[in-house]
Order: sequence, then structure tokens, then C-alpha cells
Amino acid sequence: MAEVTWGLATSHVPSIGAAMDNRRTQEPYWKPLFDGYRQARDWMADHTPDVIVLVYNDHANAIGLDLVPTFALATAASFPVADEGWGPRPVPTVYGHPELAQHLVECLVDDAFDITVAHRLAVDHGFTVPLSVYHPDPGDAWPCPVIPLLVNVIQYPQPTAARCYDLGKALGRAIRAYPEDLKVAVFGTGGMSHQLAGERAGLINPVFDAMFMSKIQSDPQALASLSRETYIREAGSEGIEMIMWLVMRGAMDEDITRISDTYHVPASNTAAALALFENRAPGR
Amino acid sequence: MTTKPDVPGTYVFDIADSRHGHAINELCSTLTTPAHRARFLADEADYCDHFDMTPAQRTAVLQRDWRSLLDLGGSIFHVLKLATVDKLSMQHLGGVFTGMTTEDFIAAMRAGGRRCG
Repeated sequence: MAEVTWGLATSHVPSIGAAMDNRRTQEPYWKPLFDGYRQARDWMADHTPDVIVLVYNDHANAIGLDLVPTFALATAASFPVADEGWGPRPVPTVYGHPELAQHLVECLVDDAFDITVAHRLAVDHGFTVPLSVYHPDPGDAWPCPVIPLLVNVIQYPQPTAARCYDLGKALGRAIRAYPEDLKVAVFGTGGMSHQLAGERAGLINPVFDAMFMSKIQSDPQALASLSRETYIREAGSEGIEMIMWLVMRGAMDEDITRISDTYHVPASNTAAALALFENRAPGR
Repeated sequence: MTTKPDVPGTYVFDIADSRHGHAINELCSTLTTPAHRARFLADEADYCDHFDMTPAQRTAVLQRDWRSLLDLGGSIFHVLKLATVDKLSMQHLGGVFTGMTTEDFIAAMRAGGRRCG
């Protein structure tokens, strides 16, 4: 049977990808952030999964405002890299896992998550930057297939944090019900605190971020019980992306082991973080 | 009647905004292909004619009135595409929204970001 072996939470700021694409990661502005990734990257390189399920949001690229799915899962065999206005990132096309994706959709719908199905999807920075955080030098191909799971976080009403956490639980059940022996990693992306527009643009809330970084491991239920207003007020209008970390967390066991984490301000207008968890109780 | 949170100094883009700003956002969303970017830059007024914008929206696009674009229903991720055509950064927009120069906004972020209570 398939199993969730580890989970990665990471910001997906476009400039993090641009820093890698333009070979600027050793410049003073970027070096602290990328130094913070090193331990997690080394561990992940030793634990290549068979498939990744990557939870993210599109940013006006593949998904416009004509149709806004609250949750969507992509079942295609491959996903081109989107042109977001400055040309596509120079990273490989992403290959999906149509069989597991179809299984996940069937299980989720039977589990009362009436998810939208995407057969065609160009993936933007919300998707490719986390892959680059995971694996900085893919060469011609990413290490494994990746299934995109999209969450609407840019048009109110976003799903509640509680609903995201429950989706993660259903996703975990669906993965564990897949008959093939696959090691699956789940990525929750976005955050941390940031706000792009309005008088509060540039908002960073390190106290809220530190609380979230701690409780995502130890008390995700507390994070799931926070309202949309709390996320927007405390973490900014775009900081609400952090609810996508709860999908990752829900797919994992109650007790998980923290492998590595890092937090850095700023990545352009955003507080950037990474947290890596193995799906086993600490000390086991 | 809406349940949308009212957080001062913050745009919470919602369904009503999407309805009002549809033409702005539609225009911006076309700027994701090189051909459309070239056509836009070659004749911006003509390009705007293909979208059903109000006069105020059209003026905001042509004058790059970033605050008005958001006030008139633009979504920040769509409006950013217009800034990208101009080779302007998100930090430039951050400065516009907060009344700071781009340099001062970048410095504020490097100092740990803005604390907005």
C-alpha cells in the first residue's frame, strides 16, 4: 500500500525561484535563506519519494477569475511551466501520476470532498518554486512525478483552515488506500506572513509566524480553528496562504518528527520559511 | 450583506470585486504571452478597446494608477502582470501602496518588514 513518508512546508515566493534561476543564491541578500535550506535539502536528497502531492495556489496564470475552483486536483500526464509575464522559468516540464491522481479524486469525492478535476494545467511559481526549494538542480527532469492540488486562496471566501486540515486528512486516507507500494511526500506551500497591497503592504508578523511554525507540528487543530479574519489580520491578505500547510499536515500522522526548519525575512515582500517533517513519532 | 472581513489597510479581494474588476483582470491575464505583451506595448489604447472597461478603469490602466486599479476591482496578482510589462517589481508597488520610495520600501523589508498592528 502507498504511504505518506514525509511532508515539506515551504514558501513559494517567485523571487526565490528567480534567485536560483539567475544564480544569485550566494549574494548577501539571498545567502541566509539558502543556507537555511541546506540541512533539509540534504535529508530530502536521501529520501527521494516515488510521488509528490504538491498543494499550492495559482496566481492568475492557469486559473483566471472566470472559474475559481475552491479545491482542484490535476490528473494530466505532464504539466508545462507557465509564462507568468516574464517568460517561463528555465526548469523542466513536470510529469504527473495520472493513475494515483485519478484514485485520489475518486477517494476524495467519496469522502465528501467534491473536488474539481483539471486535465490541463500550466504550473506557475506557486508550484515550481517549492520543487526548486526541494531539488535545486533538476537538470533535464525532476526526481519523481508530482500531482498538483490547488487551493483558492486569492478570492474570498477561501476555504476555512479547518476545511483545509480536513482535506489533508482525507488526502492521507486516499493515499494510504492506494494498492501500489508508493512512498508519497506531501508539500504544503505558501506563506509566511505577507501582504502585497494596501496601506499594510510589507506587513511581517514574526510572532504569528513563530506560533504557526511551532503548532503546525504540535497542535495543528489550534491552527485549523483560526478564522479567515485572523489569518488575514495577523498574517496579511496573502499570508492566508498558510492554510495550505494544513492540507500537508492533515495528510500526516498525529505525531511527526521535525527534521529541519528555517525562517528568514525578507524574500522580496514576504517572510519565507521551510519546515520538513518525517511521518513518524519522535524518537521512534 | 457579506461575511468578508473588514481589515483596515487591506484589500480582501472577493466576488463583488471580481465582478466589478472583470475587464481589468481579463486584460491583465492576457499579458502572459509574448505576442500579447508586444501588442499591448505597441498600442495600449487600442489594446484597451478590446476590453469592456469603464472610463475610470481604462484611465487607471493607461496611467498605471496602481491604487485605483485595485480600488476599481483589480486583483493584485493580475495587476502585477501589468507592472511586470513595465519591468516594475512587487517592491515598487509596495512603495506605491505605502507612500514610500522603492528604495525605502526595500530597506523596510530588509529591516524585518513593517509591523502593522
